[in-house]
Parts: sequence; C-alpha cells; structure tokens
Amino acid sequence: MVVFLDGTIYTGREGVYQKVVGEGAPLPADLSSISNVNFHCSPAASQNPDGSYRVGAVTATASFRFAKWMERWFEISGAKVIIGKGGMSEKDYKELFVPQGAVYLTTVGYGTGALLGRGIKRVEDVHWLDELGIAQAMWVLEVENFGPLLVDGDARGNSLFERQQTQVNANLERLYDGLKKPALHRYGETDDRRDELI
Amino acid sequence: MIDEDIVERAAFDVMAKAAIDIPDDYLTGIKGMIDLEKGDLSAFVLQSMVQNWEAATEDRRPMCADTGLPRYYVKVGNEAVMAGGFVALERALRRATARATHEVPLRPNRVHPLWRTDHGNNLGLNAPEVEWSFEPDADWIDVTTVHKGGLFGSDYRMLFPGDGIDGIKRFFLDTLIAFGKRGLACQPAIVGVGLGGSKDISMVLGKQAACLRTVGDRNPDARVAELELELKELGNSIGMGAMGFIGSSMVVDCHIECGYTHTGGMPMSVHTFCLSSRRATARIHADGSIAYRTDPMWFTPYMRREGVEWNAPQAANKAAAPARVSSGSA
Ligand code: SF4
Repeated sequence: MVVFLDGTIYTGREGVYQKVVGEGAPLPADLSSISNVNFHCSPAASQNPDGSYRVGAVTATASFRFAKWMERWFEISGAKVIIGKGGMSEKDYKELFVPQGAVYLTTVGYGTGALLGRGIKRVEDVHWLDELGIAQAMWVLEVENFGPLLVDGDARGNSLFERQQTQVNANLERLYDGLKKPALHRYGETDDRRDELI
Repeated sequence: MIDEDIVERAAFDVMAKAAIDIPDDYLTGIKGMIDLEKGDLSAFVLQSMVQNWEAATEDRRPMCADTGLPRYYVKVGNEAVMAGGFVALERALRRATARATHEVPLRPNRVHPLWRTDHGNNLGLNAPEVEWSFEPDADWIDVTTVHKGGLFGSDYRMLFPGDGIDGIKRFFLDTLIAFGKRGLACQPAIVGVGLGGSKDISMVLGKQAACLRTVGDRNPDARVAELELELKELGNSIGMGAMGFIGSSMVVDCHIECGYTHTGGMPMSVHTFCLSSRRATARIHADGSIAYRTDPMWFTPYMRREGVEWNAPQAANKAAAPARVSSGSA
C-alpha cells in the first residue's frame, strides 16, 4: 500500500487546468509520451544563477478542488496516476478515474515536503513559468524513490479515506451527547457530522 | 541603538530557521503521540513526519513546501531604540521577507486576492502582516515568524454566554471533525482557541494561542488551564488521527487565550497549527547581538494585564528576562 516512484512526473493544478481544459491551450508537445503522472503541487523552487532550478521541498495541495477538470484532463493528457493531498470522493474515482484506468495516490502527513524533495533528482523542464508563476507553472521532474505515497483511489475506485471515515463516523454522535446546541445557528450548518465539507 | 541591517539579518534568519527546523517542544509532543497511537495508518503517518523533519534538518531544506504566508510578530522593549524608527524596522522586515523568499527559498505564496498577481517575493498589500506588542523594562526587540499553512483548520463563531462550556465544546469538535477529515488540517495540531474580545480580536487571540505558545505551556488562570486540558482530551477522543485515519492523534496541545468581550456575547475562534508547526524568534539586544530560540514568549504577564497600571510581580519579571532564553545562539 505504500508506494515510491521512479521516473518522470509533472505538476499541474488550477492554473494548468484552466489553461489547457478551460482555454484549450495545447499541452507541451511530448508530455504524454514522457509521463502519465500528474502531481497536484507547487514546489518551493528558485532559480540558480546559471538558469537551472533548485527544488527544496514539495508538498501536495488539496485535490478535491480539481475534480471538475479531471474528466477532460484525463482525455487530453492521458494521465493514469494523480498524486495529491486528501484524495477525491469515491464517487469521483468510480465515475472519472476507473473508466480511464487511473488511480489516485495521496502524499503522507501532509507536510512530508523534505522527504518528497529528496526524491526529486532534477527539474527536467518547466512550462508556463512566466504566465502562471512558480506556484502554478507545470514543473516536469525526474524522481527517484519519490514517496512515501499511499493508494487512496484504487483500480476499482475504492477510497481508503472513505473506508476509514466510515468507521470514524460511527463514533461521532456520542461525542455530542449531553452538550446542548448553541442558541444561534448558522446558515449552511449541518448537524449530520458524517457530512464532509468538500 | 539597534540598526536596520541587524533587524534585517535577524528577520531573515528566523525565516530560514522556521522553514527548516521543527521546534523541539512540538517534536517531543509528536513522539509522545506515536507511543499512544493505536491506529496503524495514523502511526505510520507520524513516523513518516519524524523522518521528514530529520531529512529537513540534515539537508537544510524546508520541511514543507507550503511555507505559508510569511509574517512577523514583533515585541519591542519599552527602552529599545531603533535607528530610523519604526519605519526603518518595517522596511527591514519587508526586505528580509523578499530576500528569504528567494534565498531559503520560501514559496512565493502571496497574490492579490482578486487579480492573483504576484510580486514573486511574498510582499504586497498588507503583506507581510506585522503584529506589535510591547514589554516594559526591556531594551531588546523580539522578532518572531510563523509559517502556517493557510487554507484549512480555522473557524470563527459567535456564541452567547448561555451557550456556556457546552457551546465551546461543540464548536471545538465541529471544527476539528470538519477539517480533520482526510487530514485537511494536517493534524495532529497545536490547537489555539480565542475566547472573547471583539470578533476580530477573538480570531487574533486564537491564532496567537496556536502559533506563539509551546507544547506543554498552560494558561496562568487555573480554570482556563483545566479547560485547555479538557479540550485536548476531547479532541483526542474523536477517534480520528493523522490524515483523518482511525486513531487518536488529533491535538498535540490546546491553548486558550481570553479577552474581555461584550457582555452579551462569547465569540470563539479555533485555529490549528499543523504538522509543520514552524516558529522561530530572534532577540535583538541593544548591543546588536542576536539570540535565537523557538519559544516566542509572546504572552508575557504584561500582555495579560487587566488594569491601568503595571506593577511587575517578581516572577513576571523573570518570565520576560533574556536569562530564560534557552535554545540557539547568534
Ligand atoms: S497544513 Fe500541511 S501542507 Fe500546509 S503547511 Fe502545514 S503541514 Fe504543510
């Protein structure tokens, strides 16, 4: 269940999705042939005087926000592995990932930025740096022993998070036993603590 | 007289130290939680975090790529003299932020809220935030920075006196459960609770309670201290550990700060300081020497005073004295 990756991966989040899926900009020419692993993250990167880049640490950003782009993104990019923070819903896995043969790997912690940073051997390329900035640009990274990662969405679309949550949820109600409700409610408030906010 | 370039150096150094070195109190707290954690996955996450901090320290690389929104808390001794005054001090903090962004490096997270434009150096409108406080009978300036992930784990609610401790517990649980799922809050966290004040101050106090007090520190009001421990227990009994997996590791410690509030209300805020609980403080002495530490010592007895006049109690004097500075060196 714990995964470490060797090979080439690339970063892509709302900036890239908006550009490619939203505005129809073409992907960098050879992208699909060199990698099918899309990492939801922004590296802490800076440029060396010789023009090369230094990546100190990388940490994933929460993936649930990107679900709306995934269907088209899989079609355009041919991505088979999404790495990120916190996963997506089992529904998304079943509807969007499984038909494309894609799986979801979650980073651990999530602050394992230094361990993941160690796994990055080289910045192979960077696209749209000027337009999107360091945080949103597409970084193509050569990685070795890149991890730890856990499988959240597997080939059948099961979510590890959701399976764990079901058990956690079973105990939530008792926590509120005997605690009276506040006088003032809030718009949008749910009393069903099995609900998620994502 | 304290010079601008000394302040800039101290402000730069705390940015680098905060980004790379996990404070000892937090590390010890997490190691203690691993021993108690019965959930396999949650325990695995905590062990990975310990490895991550070791890697950060060994390689001198940031422990988490999200270095948050760089900001400063400045405590100025009443007798401290700053060359060029406060404008020079603020300029030094801005210069240090820009340089640290490039050289540490920190992630240039700061963008305009609407136009998403970016100076690439973490500077901008109201950025970095600088919060000020003062200390009597001191000629030093303390510069503290905190790198806190920004998107999840904090919430605010107006409660009323009749809601009582029940209301506080409910809102505490609500916040931790909501943001603990899938580990969005990157727990286990130091949880700060702001109680009272006006609405904005309730948020400020909660944030400061989370970020500027160390694991194990207790509020000097014995009953508030008791509530801190009770809320910590409550958080750890939710059944949720790191990343929202089954377990118990939710709250490393809970800190409550109170402010006198409107007679009709009881505003409350909750803040979670994540698995990369990063803070560092520099004390700049009048002679220009700098001493570094990880305990900001922000909430001094003077900060928590209630009346007009300040008569330093014996023990209080000590708490603010540089002699207490334990970790780090210039
Ligand atoms: S909340 Fe998580 S990802 Fe964000 S700074 Fe903290 S450890 Fe890093």
